[in-house]
Amino acid sequence: MKEIYFNKFLKSFNIFSIVLIIISILFLVIKGLNYGVDFKGGALIEIRSNDKNISISNIRDVFNKMSLEGVSVKSFGNEIDFIIKFQTDNLNSKTFIKEIKNNVEKSFGNSVDFRRVENVGPKVSSELLRSGIIAIGLSLFAMLVYIWVRFEWQFSVGAIYAIFHDVIITLGIFSVLSLEINLSIVAAILTIVGYSMNDTVVIYDRVRDNLKRFADIKIFDLTNISINETLSRTIITSITTLLALLSIFIFGGEILKGFSLAMILGVVFGTYSSIYIACPILVKLNVSQKTIVKEEK
Amino acid sequence: MLYFSKIKIISIILLTLIISFFTFSNFFKFGENDFQRNINLGLDLQGGSYLLLEVDNKPIINQKLQTKLIEIKKAVKENNFIITNISLKDEIIVLETNDDLEKVIKFFDDDKSEINPYYPQFKSHQFDITNIENKINLKFSEYGLVLIKNATLDQAIEIVRRRVDDLGTNEPNIVKRGNDRILVELPGLDDPDRIKSLLGKTANLTFQFVSQSIEETFGNEKLVYEDNPDRSETVSKRIILSGENLIDAKPSMNNQTNETVVVFNLDRVGSKKFGKATSKGVGRQLAIILDNKIISAPTISEAIIGGSGQITGDFTFQTATDLALLLRSGALPAPLNIIEERTVGPDLGKDSIKAGILSLIIGFILVVMFMIYKYKLFGLIANLALITNLILLIGILSIFEATLTLPGIAGIILTVGMAVDANVLIFERIKEEIKIEKNKLVAFDSGYTKSRTTILDANITTLIAAVILFFMGSGPVKGFSVTLGVGILTTLFTVYFIARLFTSLYIIKNKNKEIRI
Repeated sequence: MKEIYFNKFLKSFNIFSIVLIIISILFLVIKGLNYGVDFKGGALIEIRSNDKNISISNIRDVFNKMSLEGVSVKSFGNEIDFIIKFQTDNLNSKTFIKEIKNNVEKSFGNSVDFRRVENVGPKVSSELLRSGIIAIGLSLFAMLVYIWVRFEWQFSVGAIYAIFHDVIITLGIFSVLSLEINLSIVAAILTIVGYSMNDTVVIYDRVRDNLKRFADIKIFDLTNISINETLSRTIITSITTLLALLSIFIFGGEILKGFSLAMILGVVFGTYSSIYIACPILVKLNVSQKTIVKEEK
Repeated sequence: MLYFSKIKIISIILLTLIISFFTFSNFFKFGENDFQRNINLGLDLQGGSYLLLEVDNKPIINQKLQTKLIEIKKAVKENNFIITNISLKDEIIVLETNDDLEKVIKFFDDDKSEINPYYPQFKSHQFDITNIENKINLKFSEYGLVLIKNATLDQAIEIVRRRVDDLGTNEPNIVKRGNDRILVELPGLDDPDRIKSLLGKTANLTFQFVSQSIEETFGNEKLVYEDNPDRSETVSKRIILSGENLIDAKPSMNNQTNETVVVFNLDRVGSKKFGKATSKGVGRQLAIILDNKIISAPTISEAIIGGSGQITGDFTFQTATDLALLLRSGALPAPLNIIEERTVGPDLGKDSIKAGILSLIIGFILVVMFMIYKYKLFGLIANLALITNLILLIGILSIFEATLTLPGIAGIILTVGMAVDANVLIFERIKEEIKIEKNKLVAFDSGYTKSRTTILDANITTLIAAVILFFMGSGPVKGFSVTLGVGILTTLFTVYFIARLFTSLYIIKNKNKEIRI
């Protein structure tokens, strides 16, 4: 394969990444994330109507009449499935779901099925949010330590910056598109962390190898050689992973949509960042043959 | 790296066969023995209810403090301390004293004092003592609270188990969470309303007389009716009989009135008490009270001596059955609140399984086709490893009878996508080696050797993420971490044993021919 001079685009991609990160942070701070019931608390009901004549506004009318707080009704993937969400902070009744079922039955008869009910209390949702944040923080820390042990601190910094880049931008896109953040998104983000790390480690391994092999090539060109040598692997693995994820996204049903979308974004940015974020950091931090020799001793 | 000894080859094949046996045991019935190990389907796939209950410990802590208050008052009297005021507020007992401050503190600090009941056993005080000027504040220590909570939780979980079992639910799973929570999983149950209302009731049953006069020695309380909150009755605070003395209860039909009633039987003590009270109180109204609400207040027509009686009320057969169940299972030591509920209907579960399997098959076919397109014959070898990988992954999940959830299926699909990575790394490395090394055997061998650390590093990072997710995640998400984590292990096994074995067999056989990768 012909050598591609990746570092030619370094400056423009650097700016591109920084701009994306800043936009993402701005969105996360100003607009915030659209938390689902897992993290916000409240109730979620998924219903399926067997009667094509029941429209989303019919359902909205019925639920709005029930004096529930913050009701939102959305269609869920097709014309017959709907998701209804509402707040439950002020509901003292333990049987409110039963009451809702009775009300719905009164309006639509037997043509509506309750497929899923989730009700998360405020205490549980804040615990789930906390443990989600801890899990992501912990995984970043564990990666940092692992790379530090296996490589040098400069590599550690580069890898963490690359992961941070992927996670922030993925979350930023979720914020822009108002996509729901739930427990499975946390799982997706942790997997993105693992995947992005995986990609970065492969290139870093090659950089380290090449530092030992070529005593006279500067790190700037060395990263370019390393990226090229591993490029076909990077692309092939991204493709197979994306094929699997696309299959989940298209055929895996509505529940896995957000999860697979987050993963797809993560894989795309993870691949990009291991080339244009993780390697340039090594150059910035003046990694040289000496860094590795020191490690050998 | 290419040499395999005979014994190694046999072990690899044997291990693969043993694990895959358990994969296929999911599809066949061997009967109930150790060979029948199946993957459990999570509630999100088979449908069912997940309820997280939290014990409300406030009433029980207050009750314990009340008892302690009486003990302390007694101790104060016995020791002749001069206490100006003693009170209980916000879970804190406050003693005020002007003269005996030191003596009192010493008394509470004393390890042998009866006020520290479990110091000899646990080397810990039941109370934290703080002292502000002339006031001494007593508060349950953390350890004291944990003991109370644990005891309450143990009792509560027992009652919850009885109630759930009594309903005849299919393989319920009831476990403790922390020191004040109970997790109830009810597979196959798509309408948890009945169980929720049963678990939501403390079921404190008492029999108390309806007061005739305002001056009742034990004091009066005004209680409303269960079925009609506007109707109320003034009842004596004296408890004639409580649910503790009940040994059995069941719904029944009263032949004379054609009403549904709950018939109960009392133990010996209960029978005696009940007989005495009813013979004295003929003509009076006896209120039957459940959780501070009156179910009914029939007039006693004659003494009830036999130790059995019936509760009338406006029951349907269903409500009578539920009341009998509650009475049989006994009262909860403290109220339970449902703080998390997730219910998936069986239809949605089936749809999820279908969608999951469909996307697994399509994802698998796409990856397999891509690998053949990219690597031809070696793609076939990688695909062989991939199929073995899938079979082993499912086999290991079966051996441990792990729970498969929808995100878990996603984890399997993701494993399919990422598993080929190791083989890709190896193949790409071999390509590079072939460029500089003429000898095919050496080139393949060094391709494997040189890519090894990279593959390990790359997989360990994903494994770290999976392990963290396993410990921090809950429910379905945990299932994802399990399949992802186990998937990494089976991937490494299949790449280094299955794929390498086939590669080596092929290379050794064709070492003199042109080999393209």
